[in-house]
Amino acid sequence: MVTNQASMKRNGIQDWVSLRATALIIALYSFYIAFVFFTAPTLTYPIWQGIFASMFMKVFTFAALVSIMLHVRIGLWQVLTDYVKPAGLRAGIQYVLNLIAFAYVAVGLFVLWGV
Amino acid sequence: MQLNFSIYRYNPDIDDAPRMQEYSLEVEEGQDMMVLDALIALKESDPTLSFRRSCREGVCGSDGMNMNGKNGLACITPLSALGKGKIIVRPLPGLPVVRDLVVDMTQFYTQYEKIKPFLINDDNHPPSREFIQMPEERAKLDGLYECILCACCSSSCPSFWWNPDKFIGPAGLLHAYRFLIDSRDSATDERLNDLDDAFSVFRCHGIMNCVSVCPKGLNPTKAIGQIKSMLLQRAV
Repeated sequence: MVTNQASMKRNGIQDWVSLRATALIIALYSFYIAFVFFTAPTLTYPIWQGIFASMFMKVFTFAALVSIMLHVRIGLWQVLTDYVKPAGLRAGIQYVLNLIAFAYVAVGLFVLWGV
Repeated sequence: MQLNFSIYRYNPDIDDAPRMQEYSLEVEEGQDMMVLDALIALKESDPTLSFRRSCREGVCGSDGMNMNGKNGLACITPLSALGKGKIIVRPLPGLPVVRDLVVDMTQFYTQYEKIKPFLINDDNHPPSREFIQMPEERAKLDGLYECILCACCSSSCPSFWWNPDKFIGPAGLLHAYRFLIDSRDSATDERLNDLDDAFSVFRCHGIMNCVSVCPKGLNPTKAIGQIKSMLLQRAV
């Protein structure tokens, strides 16, 4: 009913599913990190490095970072279309926020690479 | 006993800006009445006070307004339900004010029109007398057909405030689902096609303000969830 142009060609169903799928990964990762924090007797740098050295943790962390980026991309588009009505301003803010979200993923990737 | 009211007043022909006007009403000790009765009594002393009302028993949906911060029908909201302090009455939020408590509901009706609120049946052989439904098929319409379009729900929904031109709103979507699951309606696919975008249905984030304010006790959020499921099942 609302044209694709008005919604920047976003697909409602796809966004709805993506938000929930990424939220699940982010939630699982948060619980896992909290579990690691609360169960480890001490958290020294070597222990911390050991946790992130495993391939499982690298993949899990990277999946969480990408999920956050996708979640932010959809969620902030929804927030911005609610509150920022001038299309040019909204596009500008969206561009900057998406860049920041990408930067978080890039930094996270390089950190994981170095562990 | 004196009851105090603070009522939103705005006449665009005269006033530069809206204002709140204080009123007081003398009632017998312990007497309760509906907000609409109080407004009618206040209008006797100030005939310029404007509000809509018709059936005065919660059937027509004309007197939807915001009372102490919550939308509802003035005719079925007792003063006792609003606490002991001053009663603040404002028009339904998010809709343009025509005058005082009277709002322009064009945006609301435009969204309602979009969902084609009528039975569509393109079968080649319509029944000669009536469409027969099984009791269980008819039961699916319960909790949906009772909506009186008072706009209490849509005007309490932030998604409708921010996107009244694109988001159908809880009332419209409740009606949309009422026709989507009607066994006599054959336009399910067309109806879902019309709703399949990023705004019409999916702007609902399930905050359930609509459920909280509905004077008929209906659940638009549940109906919207069902429409989302139907759209999803069709897509996968």
